Amino acid sequence: MRVTRRYRFVASHRLHSAAFSEDQNRELYGKCSNPYGHGHDYVLDVTAVGPVNTSSGQAVHLATLDRLVSEQVLKDFDHRYFNADIGEFQTLVPTSENIIRVIEDRLNARWREAFPGQWPRLERIRLRETKRNVFELKS
Amino acid sequence: MLISRRAEFSASHVCAQKTLSAEQNAELYGPAANPSGHGHNYVLEVTLEGEPDPATGMVFDLKKLKEVIQQNVIDPMDHRFLNYEVPPFDRIVPTAENLAVEIWRRLEPHFAEKHARLNNIRLYETEDLYVDYAGPAAEGGQPCG
Repeated sequence: MRVTRRYRFVASHRLHSAAFSEDQNRELYGKCSNPYGHGHDYVLDVTAVGPVNTSSGQAVHLATLDRLVSEQVLKDFDHRYFNADIGEFQTLVPTSENIIRVIEDRLNARWREAFPGQWPRLERIRLRETKRNVFELKS
Repeated sequence: MLISRRAEFSASHVCAQKTLSAEQNAELYGPAANPSGHGHNYVLEVTLEGEPDPATGMVFDLKKLKEVIQQNVIDPMDHRFLNYEVPPFDRIVPTAENLAVEIWRRLEPHFAEKHARLNNIRLYETEDLYVDYAGPAAEGGQPCG
């Protein structure tokens, strides 16, 4: 059974790498490289997979998943500027590709503590930056 | 090829086990355990898998699929209190997971002998929560209950 839970956060970012010149950044990232950054209403879908517990009827204890995502991701990301406020992005460009990997790392870091035992497992993370840009990672 | 049909029904439920205390049920199910129940606009997506029939160009007649969903899921569940009116939810907790399994059980025989077979049940309880069930054969581990 797969259970997918949707979360939302709003944050700003600037796509700009110190490894490139101003012109190269402009060429590579376009308006996403504008100096003061810009923001998105991110939509985060987290999918966990596991067998249905025959007593509870649940494959995932939702309050536990909500708490994990809130503490590991939303608490730090919501209403923040990735480049200035979030440690990982001092060295990483906050593209959605990198954001989704950081989310995976942060969830995995506490997953087994939150869900002791074999199940459920983190299966997929989907991040919607805008309605037209969606990123997906199979964990 | 996969084809999917969407259907909707509205129903109420309460998620609680009779053998547990009110506190234990609240810990397990949150506000979904409130004893008088609450409701959702469920959205069901039924996905079939098969090859298009060379003559008709169809994997399965979508009109028939609509009827099968209507008769086996929507008619018995729409505008009902699942725990009181829709077996087996008088005995098992009507979580989204259990609902998806029951919907699979009700629909699967209708495709068993056709060239299209049931591939997936996706059930949205809300816009922010859905489950996917691909049938007993696709379930990985053993039940942990």
